[in-house]
Amino acid sequence: MLTNLLSLVIWVPVLFGLLVLTTGGDERAGLARWIALVGALAGFLLSIPLFTSFTELHGGMQFEEMRPWITTLGINYHLGVDGLSMLFVVLNSFTTLIVVIAGWQVIQKRTAQYMAAFLIMSGMINGAFAAMDAILFYVFFEAMLIPMYLIIGVWGGPRRVYASIKFFLYTLLGSLLMLVAFIYLYFKAGNTFEIAAFQDLKLAFDVQIMLFIAFFLSFAVKVPMWPVHTWLPDAHVEAPTGGSIVLAAITLKIGAYGFLRFALPIVPDASRALSGVMITLSLIAVVYIGLVALVQTDMKKLVAYSSISHMGFVTLGIFMFAGNTQNVWAVEGALIQMVSHGFVSAAMFFCIGVMYDRVHSRNIADYGGVANTMPIFAAFMMLFSMANSGLPATSGFVGEFMVILGAVQVNFWYAVLAATTLIFGAAYTLWMFKRVIFGEIANAHVAALKDVNKREFLVLALLALTVLGMGLYPQAFIDKMHLSVNDLIAHVAQSKL
Amino acid sequence: MNWADLNLMPAMPEIFLLAALSVILVLDLFIPDERRGLTYGLSLLTLAGCAAIQYLTWPTAPVETFSHMYVADALGATIKLMMYVSTAAVLVYTRQYVADRGMFRGEYYTLALFALLGMDVMVSASHFLTLYIGLELLSLALYALIALRRDSASASEAAMKYFVLGALASGLLLYGMSMVYGGTGSLQISTIAHVIHAGTGNTVLLVFGLVFLVAGLCFKLGAVPFHMWVPDVYQGSPTAVTLMVGAAPKLAAFVFLIRILGQGMQNMLVDWQGMLMMVAVLSMAIGNITAIVQTNIKRMLAYSTISHMGFLLVGFLVGNAEGYSSAMYYAIIYVLMSMAAFGILLALSRAGFECEKISDLKGLNQRNSWYALLMLLTMFSMAGIPPLAGFYAKFAVIRAALDAQMVPLAVFAVVMSLIGAFYYLRVVRTMYFDDAEDQSAIVVRPEMKLTLSVNALALLALGVLPEGLISLCYDAIKQSLTLL
Repeated sequence: MLTNLLSLVIWVPVLFGLLVLTTGGDERAGLARWIALVGALAGFLLSIPLFTSFTELHGGMQFEEMRPWITTLGINYHLGVDGLSMLFVVLNSFTTLIVVIAGWQVIQKRTAQYMAAFLIMSGMINGAFAAMDAILFYVFFEAMLIPMYLIIGVWGGPRRVYASIKFFLYTLLGSLLMLVAFIYLYFKAGNTFEIAAFQDLKLAFDVQIMLFIAFFLSFAVKVPMWPVHTWLPDAHVEAPTGGSIVLAAITLKIGAYGFLRFALPIVPDASRALSGVMITLSLIAVVYIGLVALVQTDMKKLVAYSSISHMGFVTLGIFMFAGNTQNVWAVEGALIQMVSHGFVSAAMFFCIGVMYDRVHSRNIADYGGVANTMPIFAAFMMLFSMANSGLPATSGFVGEFMVILGAVQVNFWYAVLAATTLIFGAAYTLWMFKRVIFGEIANAHVAALKDVNKREFLVLALLALTVLGMGLYPQAFIDKMHLSVNDLIAHVAQSKL
Repeated sequence: MNWADLNLMPAMPEIFLLAALSVILVLDLFIPDERRGLTYGLSLLTLAGCAAIQYLTWPTAPVETFSHMYVADALGATIKLMMYVSTAAVLVYTRQYVADRGMFRGEYYTLALFALLGMDVMVSASHFLTLYIGLELLSLALYALIALRRDSASASEAAMKYFVLGALASGLLLYGMSMVYGGTGSLQISTIAHVIHAGTGNTVLLVFGLVFLVAGLCFKLGAVPFHMWVPDVYQGSPTAVTLMVGAAPKLAAFVFLIRILGQGMQNMLVDWQGMLMMVAVLSMAIGNITAIVQTNIKRMLAYSTISHMGFLLVGFLVGNAEGYSSAMYYAIIYVLMSMAAFGILLALSRAGFECEKISDLKGLNQRNSWYALLMLLTMFSMAGIPPLAGFYAKFAVIRAALDAQMVPLAVFAVVMSLIGAFYYLRVVRTMYFDDAEDQSAIVVRPEMKLTLSVNALALLALGVLPEGLISLCYDAIKQSLTLL
């Protein structure tokens, strides 16, 4: 069973997604929900052995599968995970489960299609993280756009059409140039699309710069880095809760993962030469976008900007590899931050979704005193807000702390600027929390609020457990990735000129 | 000519087609209107017969016959098989549409089969005259088909435009052929290739001839700057005939291109490569950018066709086996996509209602989620999004261009496909994000529903498992082209 584990993790959700589609219209929505739940649960259970059976004894690929796929074009169906990718497959499968439960009652319109889109997307995302062949990666990377486009466009808010098309075209623009880069590398590497072969390739400096630009356009849009981040607030605000959760928790991570899997190892010299630029862009994201988040009046937009700011931390960590060996910390911190942000942002968006379902407003000004009518919910949201601000003992703290530690090694002022996020993050998150949750009951809508039901409680509890668990014992996650990160740093340290 | 040596086997599918066609032509005179279904059935049967014969007489090596004027090779066989399948699908798709519009007559079917016969002859030609005869047979049948709805002003206008411009293009081609004849002393494709290779031809005359040939070929493909007829003909013709003009003839035009330039004038690659590059770049740019502002979906698909032809030319102009086979793959996938797209439009049209505007697709997902899904697959395939077949078509073309060090061209093609994605997305948006205005039920004959579903799902299946068709194209090109 273990030999095909990755294939199962990819295709079981997709098959269940297709099965859900066959239930047809909304008259059988109940059946669609249950099939979707079984599918998401199956996907999550299948992904657990990836974590538990994952050996920490070496940093190479595990659970590998290799079959010829399109031999004429030299493309293989090659799967495998290492410490950089394994956690995200598990995270994604977990998030899909959360999304299915979160959409249980909320989605009353075309339920089967909604559930199917998420399940199919889940399979595609797992595939992107597990692909060891560049074209296979590209296929999964692009294919996930189709369900996300529909999710935003069909179940989204008033400006959904604009947001969905912007999302699609923005992401497509970057990735198409990456495709050209892949084909170029294919001929350089002697007619193979194996990522491992790309990584061993010697490349001239100017070629590396061109390739880096192609990778940058593709992944920076996905992360998103400042200044190509403008699609994200639109997409988040218009997307339904489930769409926001998957966007923030998973798809943004694929961008950062892309830097680690492609940009750094394939073009290390260009990455090193341009790391200053990347660090600058990251710091702008951390500081400037943090300030932008502060002035938002829409809760979803606020959390969206907070996501960009947090992802700035991730790219900051990644591009501090160029310092010295200590900077295993920075890269590991970036990875931990990615996983943690997956949980925390999912939780924040879910909390906003809970309130939106009741009041149908995302405006901070429409709330106030929610703690009086929804005490259990307020307690959970308190925890997640703290995690979002990077409070110790929550998962949000670990990654940020490691990245700042790494930054001190490189340049003291990087660390100072990065550390401002602890202030701004706390400011915008807690200020929002204060205005929404505390104080007098602001209006009749808030007075009529009912506290979370069992389904919502389940989701919140699951997320709270992971946020606390990861904050209290991050070592379990760091151990899994440690050797892979070491290998990566060692590989990148060698010039490929 | 020695009759005992006459080998009829290579032309067997065409002979069968002509014989069956004649039978249908005569038989149809005695069939009363209410039993016209018989003509339809017989036509489908004929196509099945052609496909079967084609499959049984599959050439393992190129065989020439009729004094080297006719050839049967894997390239021709593959394309012809595709043409039989697509023509059959077209007849199935248009059955109800033509019946609703008073076009359900014997002529519709016999003209369609004559057009097919013309394409068959084109595809099997190893001589410029055979090529030309096939082309004229195809074109004349198409002119008549477009004008079949006599009372429709737009159809008559489209037919007239197509006829005048088509005649002009044929003239250009003939003029080019005559110059090549002057330069090499032969009209036979392999002889021309040998003379050019040996360098004994008149180069000036050959280059002049080449310009006319390329102009004529680009007209037939509908590539910029010879594209003006495409939008008008697509929009003006009855949708059934638009489908007939837009599907299989593109395959024939591709083979036309490869027989003349790839087989006959391969050694003048440096001369035609630059011309085709300009044509390809302009086609992709003008096709994609103009398609964005269209509100009529037939016109939009016409501009999208122009851009697809530009893409096909990018693969073709690379001028080696990889390039040709990528262009061939592109042509086949393109035909599958355009059949599915027009098939959906035909399914949504009914008596007294033409599905012509993009807004006619509003809320299709609410009306019928199955057809919306099929159209979704088709549109994403046209946009070149994996895992749909259209992606591998673009991928193969870009790969061939990069292999030949044409990096700027490849990057340009990629940027253009991004622009293209916009208007395909708009169709998906209209179907999925907008609410339905028209709630009338979609009634489709069962055989059409089945064929259309298979057609669109094939785009997904060929996207997940593309190896078979890609290697089929590659082998066909390898077998049929002896690159000097």
